[in-house]
Amino acid sequence: MSATKLKSVDVVVVGSGVVGSIMSMELASAGMNVVCLERGKQFDASTDFHKPNVYDELKFDRHSDIFQNLARDTITFRNNDAQTALPMREMGAFKPGEMVGGTAAHWGGNARRFLPHDFEMYSRIKERYGKSFIPEDCNLQDWGVTWDEIEPYYDQFEEIFGVGGKAGNLDGEIQPGGNPHEGPRSREYPNPPTRRTHEGSLFAEAATSLGYVPFQGPTAAMTQDYRNLYRVQMLECARGGFCSSHVCAQGAKANPGSAVLPALARQPTFELRPLCNVLRVNTDSTGKKATGVTYIDARGNEVEQPADIVILGAYCFSNTRLLLLSGIGTPYDPRTGKGVVGRNYAYQQGGSVQVFFDDREFNPFIGGGQVNTSIDEFNGDVIDRGPLGFIGGAYINTATSGATPIKGKRVPAGTPRWGGEWKKAVAHYYRRNMSISIHASCLSYRHNYLDLDPTYKDAYGLPLLRMTFDWNDNDLRMMKYLNERCTEIGRALNGSKLGGTNKGTHFGITGYQSTHNVGGAVMGSDPSTSVVNKYLQSWDVSNLFVVGGSAFPQNPANGPTETIGMLACWAADAIKENYVRNPGSLV
Amino acid sequence: MTLSDNPIGASYLYLLEPEIRFLEAAVEHLIPTDELGPGARDAGVVVYIDRQLAGTWGVHGRQYRGGPWLEGTPQQGYQSRFTPQEVYRIAIREIDQHCKAAFDRPFAQLAGDGQLALLEQLEKDEIALPSLSSKFFFDMLWRNTEEGYFADPLYGGNRDKVGWKLLGFPGVPSGQYRELLTSSEPYHAEPVSVLDIQTGKVPVDAEGFPKHVVTKPNSNKES
Repeated sequence: MSATKLKSVDVVVVGSGVVGSIMSMELASAGMNVVCLERGKQFDASTDFHKPNVYDELKFDRHSDIFQNLARDTITFRNNDAQTALPMREMGAFKPGEMVGGTAAHWGGNARRFLPHDFEMYSRIKERYGKSFIPEDCNLQDWGVTWDEIEPYYDQFEEIFGVGGKAGNLDGEIQPGGNPHEGPRSREYPNPPTRRTHEGSLFAEAATSLGYVPFQGPTAAMTQDYRNLYRVQMLECARGGFCSSHVCAQGAKANPGSAVLPALARQPTFELRPLCNVLRVNTDSTGKKATGVTYIDARGNEVEQPADIVILGAYCFSNTRLLLLSGIGTPYDPRTGKGVVGRNYAYQQGGSVQVFFDDREFNPFIGGGQVNTSIDEFNGDVIDRGPLGFIGGAYINTATSGATPIKGKRVPAGTPRWGGEWKKAVAHYYRRNMSISIHASCLSYRHNYLDLDPTYKDAYGLPLLRMTFDWNDNDLRMMKYLNERCTEIGRALNGSKLGGTNKGTHFGITGYQSTHNVGGAVMGSDPSTSVVNKYLQSWDVSNLFVVGGSAFPQNPANGPTETIGMLACWAADAIKENYVRNPGSLV
Repeated sequence: MTLSDNPIGASYLYLLEPEIRFLEAAVEHLIPTDELGPGARDAGVVVYIDRQLAGTWGVHGRQYRGGPWLEGTPQQGYQSRFTPQEVYRIAIREIDQHCKAAFDRPFAQLAGDGQLALLEQLEKDEIALPSLSSKFFFDMLWRNTEEGYFADPLYGGNRDKVGWKLLGFPGVPSGQYRELLTSSEPYHAEPVSVLDIQTGKVPVDAEGFPKHVVTKPNSNKES
């Protein structure tokens, strides 16, 4: 079948999530003709995500039709090269999205910046502890950007997503009430911080008694009615729970659908095409210039969309897979350590300690919108890692995210899994526990990577992406240390019992953990260890930009979405201000 | 429970009579009736399972179904060639065959102690079924039982919101939660379901939130 070839446009953007929507908005509002291709469905927020139907845990958390349709496309997974990778047949550890608005349509609103340390982790760790302190098989590397370069773009993203919080560091001056360990901010958050819950107050008291500095972690669920940088209005969060996994019925959770697409739809030079599944980026005979993309449209026709600039703004997995399917960049080979596409895949570490009470009762169903009280003493490189013997870190918090009845019940260790004793325990403890959670970094290692599966295919007959990944000793030592610290905080809360998670030493794709998959097309200053340069521009194909979680060389603690949004603002600016005037390599 | 007790409609879409009897007995051990309230059987969990099996999930409509089919490691998750519909049909038949061979009667006709012991064996994968792992079936049954007992009554389980009353979960949030966010006072209300609102049993305000009827803490425990 020969593809229908359409008229050329200035920019074709793959994906309509955080990256696709923001970059489309920035470039279309600068007058460029932009076509955005989205594999998922269009939606109407007033009917698709209305009250009361959004308050349905089974539908949105277990059987969601806004998550990736695995019947059409999934990944394969194995822990190591000695195993045969098998398809992820049902959604488990993570839930990539599939609709206009992308994965962020159902995110939890965790809007933390990374720390300055995170962008120069390799250099700073080497300088402070010596190179031998870095695990031998760890592909630790810098991002090629510094804090001062990217801080204005964090600021821009926060003005778009209406982030609420309290500054802890304004231009180097430590501010009471904020996070004293954050990077210097050029100004306050656009919205005030969340108010502190009962659980948050107890956590803050215990943390303070142990010498830590508690603060309200930032959120992208509106803490007041807010009109953003794009003149889009979002309403204050109603704290009704049903937040992560769900699209907000209140429109209070900033996401592409609530914060960007309403403004983008008004841009005369913008066109959104939903239900279009991109198969590859096309290049010319030199292989050095992208000519556009080929996709299957909603009616099943193969279509070629020529463009002067191609932006891959899809999920980590899709960005990496499209590069591999298009033959752009050298695929990573774990045996030689050579090649870059698929290299430095990383995930996110997490764990928690639960405190159970017999004399306190909470309202765990009130919350959501990332209401949380946090400490950052264990993040980045705040505490000397020398005596601890690991690198990486975590924020620790108590969040009231809205405990839903199927998955939000916690019981003390030793409770039977089912039966009468279990029933008594859930009845007693559903409202009588709080959790101290660890949200931790995950470094990149030589043997953790993405490539194309040799056996399993998607609905178009193309190879699935294969993930080879397991936890590593450094990261497990870190988690053990962090669990001990959380247990100390837990003891200071004087509950009647403690509980915790023990997920074992091998990563498994069952049971939700987080949707924070990163790497595979990482940014950097060396083409032998990165796919894109500091402006997210392909080293091989200068009119191709690959933007998203795929660009993270390793995964810091703080959750990727805020930084993905920042990178979208940063890359869009590089295109508008520099690339358009002088096409070619920006470095 | 008899079929005529079923407020959703006295019919099953997928399950067969022996399967209904098997499941009514099994789920009642997983979440038993006790002084805290009804168990899974009276909460309509079997109706819930039937509706799920007859729907998109029952045929793994959004799950990857391509072969080859290899066993895999526990870390690799669901690798069965069977859909949930097939898992229930095959496993229940094979467990009943096991019970008939060992005890001369199907699972549903064993004494309570015998049923309980058999469920524990299934969970530990101690019963060798011809076509699939008994633990694999048990884990699916427990997952669906928990879902059916605590999901919105829309789906046929959690009848009379017994699962939510057990927890003290008020269901669909009220518009007052903003003000209650920082409160240290326990908030208890009669639970409101999506079904209640869809069927007009509970009205909503201009914002679309239901008005909660606030109750005293312990009134939630009766049912």
